[in-house]
Amino acid sequence: MSTKSTYMQAYIEGVGLLGPGLTSWLSSQAILTGLQHYQPSKTVIPAPELLPIAERRRASDIVKLTLATSLEAIATAGLQEENLASVFSFSNGDGFNCHTICEMLASEDRQISPTRFHNSVHNAAAGYWSIATGTMATSSVLCAFDASFGAGLLDALTQVVVDGTRCILMASDTPYPEPMFTNRPIPDNCGIALILAPQASKKTFAKIKVSLTNDQADRFDDVALEALRMAIPAARGLPLLQAFAQQQSRRVVLDYFDDMRLAIEVSI
Amino acid sequence: MKPLLLSHFTATSCIGQGLQQTLNALQQSQKNLKICDFETVDLNTYIGEVNSVNEVEMTADMTDYNCRNNRLAKLGLKQDGFDDAVKFAAEKYGYSRIGVFIGTSTSGIFETELAFRYRDPATGALPANFVYSKTQNTYSVADFTRQYFKLTGPAVVVSSACSSSAKVFSVARRMIEAGLIDAAVVGGVDSLCLTTLYGFNSLGLLSTQACRPYDIARDGISIGEAAAFALLEKVPSRIQSDGVLLLGIGESSDAYHMSSPHPEGLGARMAMQQALQSAGLVPSDIGYINLHGTATLSNDAAEAKAVNAVFGNNMTPCSSSKGATGHTLGAAGAVEAVICGLALQNGFIVGGLNTSEIDPLLNLNYQLESHSQSLSYVMSNSFGFGGTNCSLVFGLAQNERHA
Repeated sequence: MSTKSTYMQAYIEGVGLLGPGLTSWLSSQAILTGLQHYQPSKTVIPAPELLPIAERRRASDIVKLTLATSLEAIATAGLQEENLASVFSFSNGDGFNCHTICEMLASEDRQISPTRFHNSVHNAAAGYWSIATGTMATSSVLCAFDASFGAGLLDALTQVVVDGTRCILMASDTPYPEPMFTNRPIPDNCGIALILAPQASKKTFAKIKVSLTNDQADRFDDVALEALRMAIPAARGLPLLQAFAQQQSRRVVLDYFDDMRLAIEVSI
Repeated sequence: MKPLLLSHFTATSCIGQGLQQTLNALQQSQKNLKICDFETVDLNTYIGEVNSVNEVEMTADMTDYNCRNNRLAKLGLKQDGFDDAVKFAAEKYGYSRIGVFIGTSTSGIFETELAFRYRDPATGALPANFVYSKTQNTYSVADFTRQYFKLTGPAVVVSSACSSSAKVFSVARRMIEAGLIDAAVVGGVDSLCLTTLYGFNSLGLLSTQACRPYDIARDGISIGEAAAFALLEKVPSRIQSDGVLLLGIGESSDAYHMSSPHPEGLGARMAMQQALQSAGLVPSDIGYINLHGTATLSNDAAEAKAVNAVFGNNMTPCSSSKGATGHTLGAAGAVEAVICGLALQNGFIVGGLNTSEIDPLLNLNYQLESHSQSLSYVMSNSFGFGGTNCSLVFGLAQNERHA
């Protein structure tokens, strides 16, 4: 690992969260601070009211999940019509759609539908999101397998630091059905959204300074939360949200690759 | 933006393995698209297939990565001494100081398509030798490239359909400028599979001929496959005059429709304008535009409107190289960046193959024949499903006032 200690800094203005037993960022803070017991239960995704009716019908879980977390983050940041630069990080795309396409292509009748096909692109949720929010700014649509949260956070930080622009990070994951589930056992839907800004504002509630490190990633003491963190790549970002919820200035280490993690100095 | 040097680059597609074959094919207008005979596909269309992908072997420590997409990536990395150049850069900067940013749309999905044919009849399980994480997962090709060079820096796949491997230049630019890395391996790799062939067929977007971009009778795309890479570094103080620089990047989203471009090409226009602006150039500086030019009715119509809006009556020479390579989808941005590099260094304009009667409604200075023309600055367009747009501006070091 390089000895150069490059770090990137951003101000956090908004958070969105949805996952098993985590119904929103607002309602999950007591769980992350330990005031309330974490009780895993199936993720409930709200209907995507913002999408036009035709798109709403076609939207799959990864689209609705990403819309839900992003809208909570945008609302907590009090933003409107901001034309936000965006980073989407998905450890895989729409698992059910992928399963159905592979099943059809292995059958006698390979005529997959146009909607199935355009929903199969990794950036489908980014496309629906830009339509729903009317955002014409740039979007990065990324994948780094289990390192997807860290990879997305790094890319969002470079937008903030280099281009001096506010940026929304959306990390979302959805399950595959069997037989793919055995090969990629993501148990449920989970997503985190963060709004990062280059300068402090009235909405800032934390500052983060991020650098690469060899240190081990933070783990949750709570067995069920730790199981969630390990099971779904987007949930690898939860220790950072815990520091935000605790309103505590401290150092957090998030998972990234096997040979490199992200060290984050959180100041409240 | 601060310019970056493409210190090495290479491309492998149906028109050639490596730069020399690619250059010869482009200058001699070779037609390599062929009637689709891929695997068991029963569609009436043309494809651009890379020969000998199946002959590429993975080393013993990397057998888990064995899939068509990673074999094609390896074939591409071995051309033009590109792998030696990356190893040299890794020794110079440090293995953790080089990023890997690769674009792909379908990754190793072909491996999964095959695996689904061999599910256990009793349990439905996929074959035991199927390795999801190293083949199908969208990150697989960046993971493969990072492991191939033993690099330990940041890495990610950009997967935004057909803009993927144009956008990797943007990710790399920000990472280098932020100081996280000193150099980046960027590129695009996409390989033939049933998902894209049957998928584009379902949308009625496959041509029954070799695709004819900007032709009055254009009727869709020909799907191709390719691996193209560039090593991006900061511009050194001493630089060869024929060095190729990345000078400008523009990106936008249409926010309009999932599989159709904005009819007026609004997002495309914004991307081109932003690319010029970030390069500090005006439209008349651009000597050639490598169009996205997929040969679908709607793409070429929308792109032409956008080019006209940005370039006015400047009548900048332009063409689509997809008549030669086919539409290599997630690899197209990187392939066409390399083609732009070749056009700059060798002073020629790429003729658009297969087009016989240019659509007069599109009103562009579309070039049908390859010919010599010294170029200082060129633009490359890449647009994709979901309304994602990226334009890149490249220039020769000798003309570069920023360098």
